[in-house]
Formats: sequence, structure tokens, C-alpha cells
Amino acid sequence: MLEPGSPRAQVSPGPTRGRMSDTSMKIVLVGHGMVGHKFLEELRQLQIPGAEVTVLCEEPRVAYDRVHLSEFFAGKTAEDLSLVAPGFFAEAGFTLRLGSRAAAIDRRARTVTTQDGVTLPYDKLVLATGSYPFVPPVKGSERDQCFVYRTIEDLEAMKAAGAISRKGVVVGGGLLGLECAKALRDLGLETHVVEFAPRLMAVQVDDEGGRILRSKIEALGVQVHTERNTVEITDGRSARHRMVFADGTHLETDMIVFSAGIRPRDELARQNALAVGARGGIAIDDHCRTSDAAILAIGECAAWRDQTFGLVAPGYEMARIAARQLAGDAQAAFGGADMSTKLKLMGVDVASIGDAHGRTPGCRSFRYADECKQVYKKIVVSADGKHLLGAVLVGNADEYGTLLQMALNSIALPADPEFLILPASDGKAKPGLGADALPDSAQICSCNNVSKGQICAAVGEGATTIGEIKACTKAGATCGGCVPLVTQVMKAEMARLGLSVNNHLCEHFPYSRQELYHLIRVGEIRSFEDLLARHGQGLGCDICKPTAASIFASCWNDFVLKGELASLQDSNDYFLGNIQKDGTYSVVPRMPGGEVTPEGLIAVGQVAKKYGLYTKITGGQRVDLFGARVEQLPAIWEELIAAGFESGHAYGKSLRTVKSCVGSTWCRYGVDDSVGLAIELENRYKGLRAPHKIKFGVSGCTRECAEAQGKDVGIIATERGWNLYVCGNGGMKPRHAELIASDLDKAALVRLIDRFLMFYVRTADRLQRTSTWRDNLEGGLDYLKAVLIDDSLGIGDELERQMQHVVDTYQCEWKTAITDPAVRKRFRTFVNDPRADQRIVFVEERGQIRPARAEERPAIENAEVEA
Amino acid sequence: MSSEELNWTAVCKLGDILPGTGVCALVDERHVAVFRIGDAGVHAIDNIDPRSGASVLSRGLVGNLGEHIVVASPLYKNHFDLRTGECLEAPEHSVRAHHVRVCGDEVWVALA
Repeated sequence: MLEPGSPRAQVSPGPTRGRMSDTSMKIVLVGHGMVGHKFLEELRQLQIPGAEVTVLCEEPRVAYDRVHLSEFFAGKTAEDLSLVAPGFFAEAGFTLRLGSRAAAIDRRARTVTTQDGVTLPYDKLVLATGSYPFVPPVKGSERDQCFVYRTIEDLEAMKAAGAISRKGVVVGGGLLGLECAKALRDLGLETHVVEFAPRLMAVQVDDEGGRILRSKIEALGVQVHTERNTVEITDGRSARHRMVFADGTHLETDMIVFSAGIRPRDELARQNALAVGARGGIAIDDHCRTSDAAILAIGECAAWRDQTFGLVAPGYEMARIAARQLAGDAQAAFGGADMSTKLKLMGVDVASIGDAHGRTPGCRSFRYADECKQVYKKIVVSADGKHLLGAVLVGNADEYGTLLQMALNSIALPADPEFLILPASDGKAKPGLGADALPDSAQICSCNNVSKGQICAAVGEGATTIGEIKACTKAGATCGGCVPLVTQVMKAEMARLGLSVNNHLCEHFPYSRQELYHLIRVGEIRSFEDLLARHGQGLGCDICKPTAASIFASCWNDFVLKGELASLQDSNDYFLGNIQKDGTYSVVPRMPGGEVTPEGLIAVGQVAKKYGLYTKITGGQRVDLFGARVEQLPAIWEELIAAGFESGHAYGKSLRTVKSCVGSTWCRYGVDDSVGLAIELENRYKGLRAPHKIKFGVSGCTRECAEAQGKDVGIIATERGWNLYVCGNGGMKPRHAELIASDLDKAALVRLIDRFLMFYVRTADRLQRTSTWRDNLEGGLDYLKAVLIDDSLGIGDELERQMQHVVDTYQCEWKTAITDPAVRKRFRTFVNDPRADQRIVFVEERGQIRPARAEERPAIENAEVEA
Repeated sequence: MSSEELNWTAVCKLGDILPGTGVCALVDERHVAVFRIGDAGVHAIDNIDPRSGASVLSRGLVGNLGEHIVVASPLYKNHFDLRTGECLEAPEHSVRAHHVRVCGDEVWVALA
């Protein structure tokens, strides 16, 4: 409310200048897929004065991420896959008509009419109709339980069919076909892939690569049938269908999915005499204009120089160009697209660059195949051996970024180009690309079209971390695939400018913890020896050893005292207890959610009494037993385990406790069962090794008795689900946790926590709690939300999978330790004497033991130190 | 002092020490930390951490800091040179280094 006479009240109301424009432009977009939506986002940014935008969307839902469609079967919902930020249309002022297919165009009148009879005038019409799945002309392909793989509706139908099927066949062994096979496998079906060509992914890989890819895919339980031409589908005997092949063989199956390629949806163009490409698609010029200058076409439906593009990156590029074209930028031009691809199919890396098949006259190739590790790599070089023309990588695509840049920028090859794909030996570094070799115009990030020059400019303006580079250039902010190269460019530029930032872990590894994590994960490194040989020097130290051990545990989750791993552990992890000032250890059995039965409490009490331990209740709602000598630990744990307890991991940089209030079960204010959820979460994440300790809290209502907002992960019950807070902390520097999602159901909550924890594990520095990590996170809370909720880096699935691996491989370390005689033997005070350490001396205080102070100890002991 | 004049005690088999770790041996009632470090051999220093008075140095993590082969005390993380016993952070907290050698698979220690 304004007081009369206050300054604001004196401003006279009137039309805002600049808002009104006499030149209105009606833009109608046909098709709201990934490219269509990208176009709208660009348009919104450009803020074209007077633009009135209407979107016709045939599907019943807004644009979603078709690239990650198979994740629908791995539990993602249509909402998860949506590309449209809430409120996007309202804020942009665009009109959206869902379920509205454009049926006809009247070019003379400049109108478009929908199938339900609505006619809309346009000044500019943008066609982003995409493509449709090609179904080969096979008799019987229209039978029930035969599907295509394109829309969420298709997937819903497949899901329903999957529930009543045992076997499923995918027709088509290309990129999409294999995605689809993953989907069927995720549905729990016996999965087959039927391919017409002699190999899988015939377009991207060669015979040898195809063979390795095939054996990898088959090892994952998918049966592959190549050189099979389906001629008819009839009734089956043991299953619903029988697919009959041209060679006389057959295959029976309950459901079939056709994924044999896509065709541009150019029917609107054909009906209206717009030019089309020689192999279909709406013909466009370099500015995305069709043969009618008022009509533009972008994405998979468009044909540029008779070429259509089935990848999202060229589609996005066209969307950017079309939007700029409409904004009056006549310079923006499409220059074709590189069709190199890198992807992970069912966990198998596959990449293809340029002339993968070596079709260039005179070219020669280098090939490397490892049939044990199932890795195949090939590079194709020019006749003069100076330039890289193409490459195929199967099983491991680490070199993709380097090779792609070499091919795209015609960088001179090293003298022995074979070393580009041979595994490094004797610690010799691979010939790197050397960011200096790249021209300023080299496109480093293809998702966001960021050049080397732009990254260097950002460094010049003060961005010296990858987070800052991402924030100001967007390089590496979408798929993340180019981040190593972006980093390389950034570092080279920093070196050139004389800036230096050293985030090396220690003198043994010239890497940050995050880099080390990636090296270990990507290189599948499982031992410190190997890590040191490949990436480090010297013997290691008390910084890098526990860091590596923690990363090994996060990645592979082997028993922490197994073999060489034991020698990397801090004393606490080595003896699975918390070392105290006198060299004794404290023992903490896990009590998930702080719940303990009277029998359990009695058992803990009896152990404490028997071994004379000091007993204290911890802040994490469990019991800590102090004063155990090394050689007592196995016996103590034997008794605790017999009473049903597990390791509480109080000694580890790992999940500690999930604190809870009593919740709706007993509390008259409780909204939900906080104890039940706390127990479930503690059991899920127990044993997870992380850069630092992790604490949870779960409160059953907003009174927040569990103090969840002071925890790394805090959960508070609402009337409609659970609110999730992250990155809180008590301790030295208290920090309130921040809300990142509201009213989640349990499944969504767990998924988000999986992602959060794994993202933290992956990116935090050594000994960095979530609160400090969050404070240092470039892009802050929005970035974190984008990564975790919108999956902006496209790693959501991977994070969940990695967490699931940790969950699935959990073991109570104490149980393993006491049952392994070799490990158990290490719990002794002296290697050559059975006696206990006589230097450990307790005195009594308030009815319990405590370590004797120096002046209370027998004089002889101090004498010995001096001796 | 030549090694013939030293009073050697066999403390354990080499296999009793996990490579890259240490054990504590009792040699003439003195607590001695014996470490086995890959190619860098076997080393012995006092096991008692002068800063805390606790008998724990054998439980520390070993490695190298520059030229020094070291163990980090598990309590306060100060580093001790395994060849000299010198505490790198606080020389006044240095410990004694002892003689150690491996014969066959037997580890022998002689107090310095």
C-alpha cells in the first residue's frame, strides 16, 4: 500500500512505452517436439516485438526428451521427460494448442487449419513436424501387439503389452533399435533384435566393430539375429506371433517393435506444392526457408541440400537459425552438420566419427581390437597420412573428443597416429590433442554451439573454473560430453595468460578429487597401484590413499579391507572403529532411524558391561561404546552381530545416521511415518562411502523435531508427500538445508536422493561436506536442481544406476571382517606377543571408565617414552 | 655400530605385514612400529606417538612426502620419517628409528 504523497504515487499511470507495436507478426509453429521447443526458447530470448506465437501440438502433451525416451521404462515419467519448464507458455505469452494437428495450409490466404476445423492466420509458418517411424512392408505388421517406438503413447502401449508378454522382438538393429531393445529388456522380456544388415548399427560402425558390439550386447542378454529379412508375421505356436524370414527360418514372439529407421513428415509440404528433397523432407535453404519464403522448416522434417538429419544437434541449430531469421537476422545460416555420434547403448560405449567406413579414395586405417576386454578402435586417415577422416570406437570411447576435434578441424596428425587409439603403456601419456592446436573457431560444445574462442574469451574475463565457464558460456552445460575438452581449452588458455590454479590432491596426483573420480570410474581402476602407475607418482600418502579408497568404494564397493585396499584406509577404516586419544576405539552398532528394541538395547548393554566400555548416547540417536582395545574389537562385534546388529559406519566418511522423530505412528501431530521412512533410507544408503560423512533427518511434520534442516539430507512430511531439503549442516558452521522439491512420493524422493548423493560423491572435494560443496557449486541451487530434477547433464540415470550398484552390493563390513581369518588376524596389539597394550590405562568417573590423564598414569610409562 | 654387535629379535614373518602397512612389535618391552613398504623395504621406528603418548604409529598411513618415506600418525596426522624417526612438522616430537632387516621371510628388529 502506498501512502498518498509518497514518491511512487506521483507517477501518473499511462501506457508503457515500447510495449505496443504497430507491426505485429503472427507466427504459427506446427509441431512441439524437441526442435519445436528449442525454437520457442530461442524465440522467447530474442523477444521479437509484436510477435504473436501459436503452437500446434499433435500429441496430447508438450515437448519431451525423445533422446532419453528409453528411460521411461527405467521408471521415468512423462513429466520427468518433459522439456518445458513450468509456466513457460504463460510467461512467454505463447498460445499452445495441445492435441491439435495441422491438417491443411492455405498458402495464398496464409492460414493453417487444424484437424478439428480451427483456422489460424500466419505471417510466418514454421514446420517442425519431425518424422515418423518407418515400418517395413511386411505382411501382418498391423497385427495386435506390434508397435513403433516414437511417442510416449507408443511406450505406454508397449509397457501394457510387455506386462502380458514373455518375449519381445525389435526389428532394426540401428541406434534406435538398440535403445528399444534396452527398453524391452528393462520390461523383463526375453529380448531379440532382428536386423536386415549383416551387423548392428550398420551406419555408424564397420564389420569388426559390429562384431564386438554384438558380443557385448549379447552378453547383456539380448539375442541378435542379423541378415534376417522378415517377410511375414503369422500366428505363433509357442507365442503370439511367428515372424517368418526370407531364408525360411522363423522366430516366435509375443510382441514386436518396429524400429527400422525414420522418415521425414513432409506431407504438409507435398499437399501444398512446397519443394521436397530428393529423398524426402521439406526442402530448405541455408536460412531454413522452404520454397515459400513465409514458411520455414526445421528439424527432422527438413531437407537441406537433399539431406535430412535424424540427430537433435542439427535440429537445434536449425531452430536457432529459424528464430534469428524471424528476428530479422539474415546472416544466420545453416552450414550442415557433423553426424558423428557417441552414445552408450545398454552401458556399451559406441562412437562413430566422420568417414567411419573409410570410403574416401586412398584413405588408410589403423585398427586396434581387444577381444578380451571387448574393445575395438579404428581410425581412418587421409592418403597422405596427415589428417584424420573418421573413426569407430566400440567398448570404450574415451578418445572421442580428441578424435572428433582432430577430424573436424583438420589438425595435423602425430607421426604415429596409431598411438591415438592404442592403450597407454609404461605410464606414457597418449598423444593429446593439445588445445593449442585448435583454431579459435573450433566448436567445442555442440549442444550449445560454443567455440574455443568463446571459452578463451570467458577465461580472459575471469572465469577460471569449469563451473564459471559453464555458467557464462553454457559450454558443457547440456550433455556434458565435452567437459574434458572444455577443461583442456580453459587450462591451456589460463596457462597462456599466466594464470595458475592448482587443485591437485597432493604431490602424488596432479588432479583434483573430482578428476581422480572420473579417471577411476572411466578407466575402471580398482587398485591404488594401478592408479598410481597410470596417473600418479611416488608412494602415495595419507591424503591420496584414503581419497582413492573412498572413490574405489563409491564406484566398485568392494570390501574395504580386501587385499591392497586395506593398506589405503585410515586407521578408523582399517580397524572399523573410531580411534580415540589413547589409541582405543569406539564401537557404534547401527540403529536405523534411532529405533531399537529392548532386547537390542539389553544386548548392547551386556556387551558394554562385559568389555567394560564407556557408554554414551550420540546425537545421531544411537549408542557409542568407548574404550575397546584393538584385539577386543572382533569379539565385541561377534556378539553385537549375533544380537542382530550391523556396523554403524561411525568410523567412515560415509552415511552415518538417519535421525527421526516418532512421526504419525505415535505423535498426535504427526502427518506421516517418519520413523518408517528413516529406517528405509538408512538401510538403503548405509555403507555408502563419500567425500565426507553424511547425515540425514526425517521429520513427521513441520514442527521438525528431527532437525532435518540441519542435515545433509532432510525430509519433512507434508499432507501431500515429502519435502526434500539438502546441504544443511550443524557443526562448526551451521547452515540451513535448502528445499529442492516438494510433495514427493516415496519413489520420487528416493530417486532424487540417489541422484543427489551420487552427484555429491562424484563432484565434491576431499573432506568437503555437502554444505561447503553446495556453497562452492557454480550456478548454486538452480544448477543443482537442474542437474538433479531436470537432468540437465543427462546423467540422472547413470547416478541412479551407480547408487543402485552400491545399494545392491552392501555388506556389513564387520560381518565380513570377523569371518575372514586373514583380516581378523590383523586385530592385535603386538605382532609377536599376545598381551594387551599395558599403556592403556583407565580410571573411573561417574561409574564408568575414562582414559587416565598423564598425571594419573604410572610413572614407568612416561619413562619409556623418554628411553 | 656394526650390525654384528646389535641384539636382533625376530618379530614376525614378512607375510604378517600387509604391504603398505605396519604392525607393532614388542622388542625388549619396547613398542616398535615395523612397516613394509613395497620396493622401499622394511622400516622400524618407535610405535608411541610422542604428542598423545598413545601406542599407535604402526596404524598410520604410510607414503612419501618428497624425499621422506613417512607414516602419518593416525591421531594428529603429523608425519614421521621412517628412516630417521624425525617428526617433520615438529622435530621436538621425533621418535627413534630402529634397525630392521629381512632374512628369508623373517623380519628382525634391533633397537637402536
